[in-house]
Amino acid sequence: MDNLLQIANGEVVRRADIPDVSVETFGMTLAEFVRNGGFVVQFFAFAENGITRLLAVVRNDRLYVTSCVVGAEFPSLTGWVSEKFHMFEREIAEQYGIRPTAHPWLKMVRYHRNYSGADDVFGNDYGGEEIPGKYGCFTVEGEAIHEVAVGPVHAGIIEPGHFRFQCAGEEVLHLEIQLGYQHRGVERLLPTVPQRRLPIICEAIAGDTAIGHNLCCCQALEALAGLTVDVGARIVRTIALELERIANHLGDLGALSGDVAFNPPAAYFGRMRGDFLNLLQVLCGNRFGKGLVRPGGVAFVMGDEQRKLIAAKLEEITPQVKNVCDLLFSAHTVQARFENTGIVSREMAEDLGLVGYAGRACGLPYDARVAFPSECYAELPHNTNQMTSGDVYSRATVRREEIMHSLALIELLLQRPETTAKAMMMEERRLAADSLVVTINEGWRGEIAHCVLTGADGAIVRYKVKDPSFHNWTGLAMSLRNQGISDFPLCNKSYNLSYCGFDL
Amino acid sequence: MLKIIKNRLDQGYRTSSYPKQPIALYERFRGRPQINRQCDPALIRQCAEACPQEAIDAASGAIDLGRCTFCGLCEMQSQGKFVQFSQNFELGVATRADLITDGSYADLAGHAKQHFKKLFGRSLQLRQVSAAGCNACEADTNVLNTPFFDLSRFGIDFVASPRHADGIHVTGPISRNMKAALLTTYEAVPSPKVVIASGACSISGGPFYGSDEIVGDLNELLPVDLYIPGCPPHPLTTLHALLTFFK
Repeated sequence: MDNLLQIANGEVVRRADIPDVSVETFGMTLAEFVRNGGFVVQFFAFAENGITRLLAVVRNDRLYVTSCVVGAEFPSLTGWVSEKFHMFEREIAEQYGIRPTAHPWLKMVRYHRNYSGADDVFGNDYGGEEIPGKYGCFTVEGEAIHEVAVGPVHAGIIEPGHFRFQCAGEEVLHLEIQLGYQHRGVERLLPTVPQRRLPIICEAIAGDTAIGHNLCCCQALEALAGLTVDVGARIVRTIALELERIANHLGDLGALSGDVAFNPPAAYFGRMRGDFLNLLQVLCGNRFGKGLVRPGGVAFVMGDEQRKLIAAKLEEITPQVKNVCDLLFSAHTVQARFENTGIVSREMAEDLGLVGYAGRACGLPYDARVAFPSECYAELPHNTNQMTSGDVYSRATVRREEIMHSLALIELLLQRPETTAKAMMMEERRLAADSLVVTINEGWRGEIAHCVLTGADGAIVRYKVKDPSFHNWTGLAMSLRNQGISDFPLCNKSYNLSYCGFDL
Repeated sequence: MLKIIKNRLDQGYRTSSYPKQPIALYERFRGRPQINRQCDPALIRQCAEACPQEAIDAASGAIDLGRCTFCGLCEMQSQGKFVQFSQNFELGVATRADLITDGSYADLAGHAKQHFKKLFGRSLQLRQVSAAGCNACEADTNVLNTPFFDLSRFGIDFVASPRHADGIHVTGPISRNMKAALLTTYEAVPSPKVVIASGACSISGGPFYGSDEIVGDLNELLPVDLYIPGCPPHPLTTLHALLTFFK
C-alpha cells in the first residue's frame, strides 16, 4: 500500500499528499490492488499547467487514491489485469487523447472532441462530418448469422442509444452497445460555470437520480467549503435518497411485469411509483427532488405537516406494495420468464466490477451505504440479499427486498425528532485550494462517485462524475450472451441503466 | 387468479377526473410565478444575480420560463416579495415570446392553431424524441400512460414509428450527437406535422446552457408549435398543454 493514500468518503485531502509516482509504478500499484480483490471507483486524466496526470480512486473495504504524470500513452491494464479498467481507459483516451497501449478493444465511449487538443485517438474529425454511429461494430461471420440494429431512436419514450445484436437464429451471440448520443459535455461544463449552477447541472446528470448525483455534488462542495450539515437536514436527504430508490425500483418492477405481458401489476406499480414521486414533491415541490439538496443542508425544511403527509402515505401504500409484489413474484408464468434469463456469473460480475443491485444479484454484496456511509446511513440497519443467481429473477428480487428495506428506513427516519435549523440557499463559497475530495453515495442503481480537484485559487480544475451505469452497461451486454433476442427487453429492464448518466 | 381479483379490488378505480374536475397540487409545487412588479428594484437585481439559470431580467423583472428550472431560489431570496410560485400548472404556450412573463400569461387556447384542432383534435399520435434529456422529462411524459392520467382516453398516444405519428415531442437540449437522428425522425413524420418542445432543455438548453456539445434551442432546428416549460414539466402541465392546444 506504499503508493496509495487512504482517504475517506467526503473528506478533503491536500493534493500534495496524494502519491505522485511514475507511470510504471502507478500501473503496478493498481494491478496489485485489483488482483487482490480491489475495485476501481474513479480512474481519469486531468491537465493543469501543461502537465497531464492520471488519478485513480480504488476501494476494497477502504478508499485509496494515487496518481502519476502521463505522456501521450500509458500501458493499458485492461488486457493483463482486469476488465475493471476497460471503460475508464477508453474514457481517458477519448477525453485527453492519451492512448492506453495494448488495450484489447479501444473504441469511442461518447463521440466527442477531446479536451486537450491532441489528435483524436480514434481518428475522428469532430469539426466536420457527423461522427455518431461512424463505427464498425464487432461482427460475427457465417452464413447463418444475421445482425439486428436498434436505435439510437427507440420504440418507446426512452433515451437514445445504439444496440447491435449478432444473432444465429433467435440466439444472440454478441450484443454491442454504443452510447454517446446523450453527451452534453457535463464534465467539461462543470469547472467553467459559477458555483450556483453546479447543483442544477448535477440534478440533470440523470434525472431519475437527481438526489443521488446532487448529493455527491453538495457533499463535495460542503467538504471543500468546510460546511457542516445538521442532523435534521441529513434525515431529509436520506429520506429523499430512499424515496428515489423506491420510486425507481417500483417503476422497473412494473416495466418487468409489462415485458412478460402481466398487465395488472404493471399498471399498479406504475401508479404507485407516482405516489412516491409525489412524496418528493411534498418535500420540495419537484417530483424528482430537484431543488431539494443544497450545500449546507436542504432548501426545504421538513416540518410536521410534511412528516405527517409522508407517514400517512407510507402507512396506506406499504400493504399495497407488498400485495402487488406478491402478485408479481408468485405468478408461475412470471417465474418461468424471470428465472435463468440473462445470467451473469459472480466471476464475470467481479471482473466487470458491477455495482448496485446488478452486482448484489450476482453475489457481490457491496453497498456504498454500508461500506462508506454518508448522511444517516451509519446509524441505519443494512439489507442483505439472499438471491444471488445473477439472472433477471435475482435482480428483480433484490429490488423487491430493497423497496421493503427502504420503506422501513424511511419509517425509522420519520420517527427522529430533529428538524433542520433553516432552509439553505445556494451561495457562492470559497473552496479549499489544491485539494481533492471524493464523494460516494449508493444511488438506486448503485455506486455514484464524484471527484473534485481544486487549484491554487480554490477554483475547480477537474470535476469527474461517475454514474453506476458506467460499470453496468457491460453487464447487460454479457447478460445477452446466448439468450433469445426476445429476452432483450426483459434483461434490459432488469438493469434499467442510465444513458444520460453514462453519456454525461 | 384470486390474487389478481383481490388486488384489482384493492386498487380500485384510480383515473383522475381531470380536466372535468380541477386538481390541486401540494402547496410546495412551483407552477406559474406571480411577479410583484412594484417590488424594490434592488431586490430584483439581487434575484437576477443569484438565478443559476440567468432567467430573470434585472431591468424589467421579467422571468423567462423557458430558461427557469423552477428551483425556487428567487422566491426564497426575495422572501416572496418579488416572486411567489403559485400551484397553477398551466404553463404551456404557443410562442417563445410568451414564455417571458412579467406576471401576465398568454391564453394558450386563444393562440392555438385552429387547423391543428381540426386535424388532430380527435386523434393525436406523437413520436417522442429524447435528444440528450436527463430522463426526467421522458419519465414524466411516460407517466401520462399510467392509470391516473390515462392519456389514451383523450385520443392521444405516443407511437413507436414516426411514420405513424402526427408530430414529434422533443425533450433534451439536443446534443450534437442527437441532432442528425432528431432531424431524420422529423423528416420521417408525414406532413402536416406538429413540433412540441418539452422542458427547459429543449427550449433553452436548460441546465446545460453554454455547453458547446448542445444545440440548446429546438427552434433553431425546427419550427416549434407548442412549448411546455419546466424541469421537468409536471405531467399535468403536459396534459393541460396537449388538451388545450389540440382539443
